[in-house]
Amino acid sequence: MTCLPSSTDKKLGLVIDLDTCVGCHACVVSCKGWNTENYGAPLADQDAYGENPLGTFLNRVHSYEVQPEDSPAQLIHFPKSCLHCDDAPCVTVCPTGASYKRTEDGIVLVNETDCIGCGLCAWACPYGARELDGEEKVMKKCTLCVDRIYNENLPEEDRVPACVRTCPAGARHFGDLGDPDSDVSKLVADRGGFDLMPEMNTKPVNKYLPPRLKDQLDPERNETHALEAQAENPQGFFAWLDRTLEKL
Amino acid sequence: MHPAPSVILFTSLSGLGFGLLFFLGLGMPASTGLVAFVFYAIAYAFAVGGLIFSTFHLGHPERALKAFTQWRSSWLSREAWLAVMALCVSGLGAIAQIFFETRIDAISYLGAALSMATVFSTAMIYRQLATIPRWHTPWTPVLFLGYSFAGGALFAGQVSLAMPALCVLAALQVVAWMQGDRALADSGTNLATATGLGDRGSVRAFEPPHTGTNYLLKEFVYVVGRKHAAKLRIIALILFAGTPVLLLALEFNHILALLAVIAHIAGVITSRWLFFAQAEHVVGLYYGKR
Repeated sequence: MTCLPSSTDKKLGLVIDLDTCVGCHACVVSCKGWNTENYGAPLADQDAYGENPLGTFLNRVHSYEVQPEDSPAQLIHFPKSCLHCDDAPCVTVCPTGASYKRTEDGIVLVNETDCIGCGLCAWACPYGARELDGEEKVMKKCTLCVDRIYNENLPEEDRVPACVRTCPAGARHFGDLGDPDSDVSKLVADRGGFDLMPEMNTKPVNKYLPPRLKDQLDPERNETHALEAQAENPQGFFAWLDRTLEKL
Repeated sequence: MHPAPSVILFTSLSGLGFGLLFFLGLGMPASTGLVAFVFYAIAYAFAVGGLIFSTFHLGHPERALKAFTQWRSSWLSREAWLAVMALCVSGLGAIAQIFFETRIDAISYLGAALSMATVFSTAMIYRQLATIPRWHTPWTPVLFLGYSFAGGALFAGQVSLAMPALCVLAALQVVAWMQGDRALADSGTNLATATGLGDRGSVRAFEPPHTGTNYLLKEFVYVVGRKHAAKLRIIALILFAGTPVLLLALEFNHILALLAVIAHIAGVITSRWLFFAQAEHVVGLYYGKR
């Protein structure tokens, strides 16, 4: 049933730290790898080694430049995947019931054998989190690695989404955002985690942590003098060099 | 949005077909026998033909029957039900008129209502999408119903009704275009809210996630040249409203009526192409494409 559950027991999701992400795309690669080899249809590529390669990804890393009014520009790497919204518009539009939000943990999933590939859920998602696979013609999306996080065949430290496990910078955190005492909820509270496009009223579970503000050059200490010419009145060898070069 | 031919033909043709079924259900014209057969055959050819085109849009058309299951939440599912009900009920009315020379008012009126309800549900599939501000307005159902009503009146030969309806439709369409051109800017969604970084400065897309294209860019970030769009709007207006009104104003004969109908169909398809091609999905913001 594509009606949304009124509440979920847990709200499993990701917290992504924009201050720490270095934009290495390791999460993109590990996501593609895990989700091609495991649950559901593989994430296909078309023309992978040709002129116009194209492929399905569940996680992509954008980079944005932010130009504050009175300080240097900042480059911010911005990983984006399904936010497992509480009011997921992708679920309610689905005509077949293939899209659903799980009551037990809040994960939004697609039952691929019910998906007719109409694409309406991707139209309804403001975040570009859903992609129709070019080969299987079914909708693919982040599963929060549902086949890892409960998988008792894996060592305990591996029972987190592949992107979280692989991130070399520790910029991705996984946990229950419905529990105010969980590590991820505390992180969101401490760092002022925010929603993407809050005006869409999708109530995303995933949160983003803002980049910390950069240091400013201090005009009191005149730190900018390091960039200015150093030898106004040269002495000794430099005075001789200066005079000689003037004569040439 | 990518202007997929399957969806353009589906919404254009089935809209006209259900518009004609609406007028036939109202008994305008009140025909029986062979004349009724021809009218109903045209209506079903457009309505069913359009619905068949819609299946070309699906990745797995063999599973299309599953789309009847989620009518509680999904407008697409409701549309599937309403279309089938409209076709079945109108079909009963048609059988009575064609083969038994009688009209059963209750069934015919119900068929007419279901036909318009089908068009409304088609429009709601688009109107519900907050991600596409140009569509997320009451204008979408108003226009879909307007096109269906005016086109249906034209197909049904209701000249005195079709002429004013086409003029009103043209005016509504012009206003909707003007409103639509501002819809994304007025929606309040921009790269600042999309990234949540707007409070610290102006945000610019610096580097996309990949050097090639992807499904999202192909499906959602279709851009029409502004000059071409303006020309196409004028062409659409001339075809769906101007030409039919002019031809209907001349002396009535079947050749002119046929030309009016053909011009109208071409105009509706042009206008529907613009409806999709000019629709800006907010995901384009993440790619710096808006």
